[in-house]
Amino acid sequence: SFMIVGVVDKGHKAVLKPEDKLKISENEALEILKAASHGCRLDSFEGSHAIVNGAQTAWEMLHDEAMLTRITTSCTDLDNILGGGISCKEVTEIGGVPGIGKTQFGYLFAILDFCINLELLLLLRGNRNYRIQLAVNVQIPADYGGLGGKAIYIDTEGSFMVERAMQIAEACIKDMLEYDGLLRKDSQTRHLKMQPKELLGNIFYFRICSYTEQIAMINFLEKFVSEHKDVKVVIIDSITLHFRQDFDDMALRTRVLSGMALKLMKLAKTFSLAVVLLNQVTTKYSEGSFHLSLALGDSWSHACTNRVILYWNGNERYAYIDKSPSLRSASAPYSVLYNFAVLCNHASRKLGEI
Amino acid sequence: MRGNFQISRIEFLITKKWGKRGGGGGEGCCPLNKDNNEPGDSTLIYRPEPGRKRLGGSECTAEREGRKAMANKLISEMGLPRSIANDALSLTEFELMELLDVNLKEVISAVAHISEIACPPYQTALSLLEQRIQVEYLAGHLPTRLEGLDAALCGGIPFGVLTELVGPAGIGKTQFCLKLSLLASLPSSYGGLNGRVIYIDVESKFSSRRMIEIGVNSFPEVFYMEGMVQEMAGRILVLRPASLSEFTESLQQIKVSILQNQVKLLVVDGMSALVTGEFEQGPSRQHPFAWHISFIKSLAEFSRIPVVMTNQVRSRSSDEASRYSFQVQSKGDNIEEITRSDSHLVAALGIHWAHAVTVRLVLEARSGHRFIKVAKSPISPPLAFPFDVTSSGIILLNNDGIEMAGPQINTIHHQGSS
Repeated sequence: SFMIVGVVDKGHKAVLKPEDKLKISENEALEILKAASHGCRLDSFEGSHAIVNGAQTAWEMLHDEAMLTRITTSCTDLDNILGGGISCKEVTEIGGVPGIGKTQFGYLFAILDFCINLELLLLLRGNRNYRIQLAVNVQIPADYGGLGGKAIYIDTEGSFMVERAMQIAEACIKDMLEYDGLLRKDSQTRHLKMQPKELLGNIFYFRICSYTEQIAMINFLEKFVSEHKDVKVVIIDSITLHFRQDFDDMALRTRVLSGMALKLMKLAKTFSLAVVLLNQVTTKYSEGSFHLSLALGDSWSHACTNRVILYWNGNERYAYIDKSPSLRSASAPYSVLYNFAVLCNHASRKLGEI
Repeated sequence: MRGNFQISRIEFLITKKWGKRGGGGGEGCCPLNKDNNEPGDSTLIYRPEPGRKRLGGSECTAEREGRKAMANKLISEMGLPRSIANDALSLTEFELMELLDVNLKEVISAVAHISEIACPPYQTALSLLEQRIQVEYLAGHLPTRLEGLDAALCGGIPFGVLTELVGPAGIGKTQFCLKLSLLASLPSSYGGLNGRVIYIDVESKFSSRRMIEIGVNSFPEVFYMEGMVQEMAGRILVLRPASLSEFTESLQQIKVSILQNQVKLLVVDGMSALVTGEFEQGPSRQHPFAWHISFIKSLAEFSRIPVVMTNQVRSRSSDEASRYSFQVQSKGDNIEEITRSDSHLVAALGIHWAHAVTVRLVLEARSGHRFIKVAKSPISPPLAFPFDVTSSGIILLNNDGIEMAGPQINTIHHQGSS
């Protein structure tokens, strides 16, 4: 049996006091509670909201996740460990030493979110039997349109080289054309008319020069994305720069950073965006020696949902899933090519082989 | 107009809290919005409407530049608020509520309004590209006349970003800089940028005679013309700062003179010498020249000129980190191999610097030959070209380059060079 602590009516006056113990069965007690809570609320909701406003059950979330689209990294091994690609409703942080290829991933996602016919790309890489556990968004017809993605590229370092974006766009389209030619001989190939310049026109480029502008930008993103509903990915290159230099008040820095992280997560979730943050590297002393670690400190390392570290392993570049709520820690090799952005080491097959 | 009211209220209260400041507290500040003009009373940020495309507006950019360099400093440190946006955006919503004595909803809408105004305007990548192609020489590149290198760099040294030349002493960095200075000053009919060059010569390595020798040998048709030697040499301005603070001062002046005097190239030969002694190696938080890095970057960017900086090498210290914590376990047996393959020499100036430069060219000597390697570049494959120093500057011995996989593109060797 339950002990009712107290019952209040609409005017919050105690009707029953805690001293009054009621001898009632569990069911009756639940009925009373239900009636009481229904009476107090102005609206009535169904399902899970009846318990706490704004909550979702795990079952509902599972369903949502199944419907989640992901943006491929164009590298099968990397996609494998990422569960298909960069998640479109979460914040992913990618960090590494200079020259490892972080910005290349930035360019890649900015361009590729438009070409989201994933199976196409994977087949292109020679892996026809690969199955991704993702449900393609039912509204996308099985052709080029994909996510209809535009990208927001927020450049804090001034390192965006438009020539490189052009190179990648051209390579991407070239690959698409070849695939199309090889496989879809019968169907109409209406999307062949895309030009690399169109892909560049889908990237909104913001240049941020101070941490104030960075905060302002992130605050403004919500409005911008609601006005440009076809934005599907937001890349910030890099999140670190303005927070590393003479930010003497560390407490303020931590607070500002965590505020930013929360806003970005909310943005990702509300608008189903993939938010990709590029981070730099610093050295950290732990366990008796110096190690490399991503910048911005320990508190920041908790802020992002997913964290991928790019590193050198001998002569090869690897990506390591350092942190993720749903993915295992794993490494996968990739390479950066100059007629494409990122590619698996193994998929050096020629395009003709399928 | 509610948002405007909130902003002026914020301004009023912040003024109250921190004291009134005299008109024009910071360079390049204008009223926050035209309707709310209170001259002499406030230092606010002016922004064009966000969401409006920027059409290459240089006026707003110049103003922004005035703030860029100092914008990282938190206002309260200076004792005076420099911009409303900085305050409003750094404080939490609850602090603002307390400060302004308004409710949460109003604070949220005021912050959103300020953010919108403080946020810079956007451009599409396409319009960036078109702008560059139309306006700039070779879409923003300074050709080095070293064929293989120019091909790898998609035209040459890029405008608007930092390019670093790193290598051991005597390898040819200054020679490279001299050649580039000449190339920038050549008239456009000969493929130059037809502009002035500011050459910051920290280690007193600049030699006019050598430069003219390079010029006469590389471009005889130009230099044998009457008066050309004087003209070309006259376009190169050499500065010799003796300390970091002198360098800082010079930078401020340079910023002003770049646009006025048609400066087309900035060379800092001996960046590492300026900070040696003032810089602690290792995982220290303080970067004494972090301000300089960001200032020079913003200088490069808003004036769209190439900036070339040279960096020395130093020996790798034993506590230098090169692995992540998750890597150590798997490499237990290969540590010896790793330390042997890692070079003993690393670029000076640290990892912060390495992140800040966009293009890094490593010059090294290996078994009697010199190589110039494209170690970091967003648009180039990792190629190494053998080169030599001759009377006409630097020449490449092989234009195809050797592709170097892996991090060895970054390593620096200094063995057996003459």
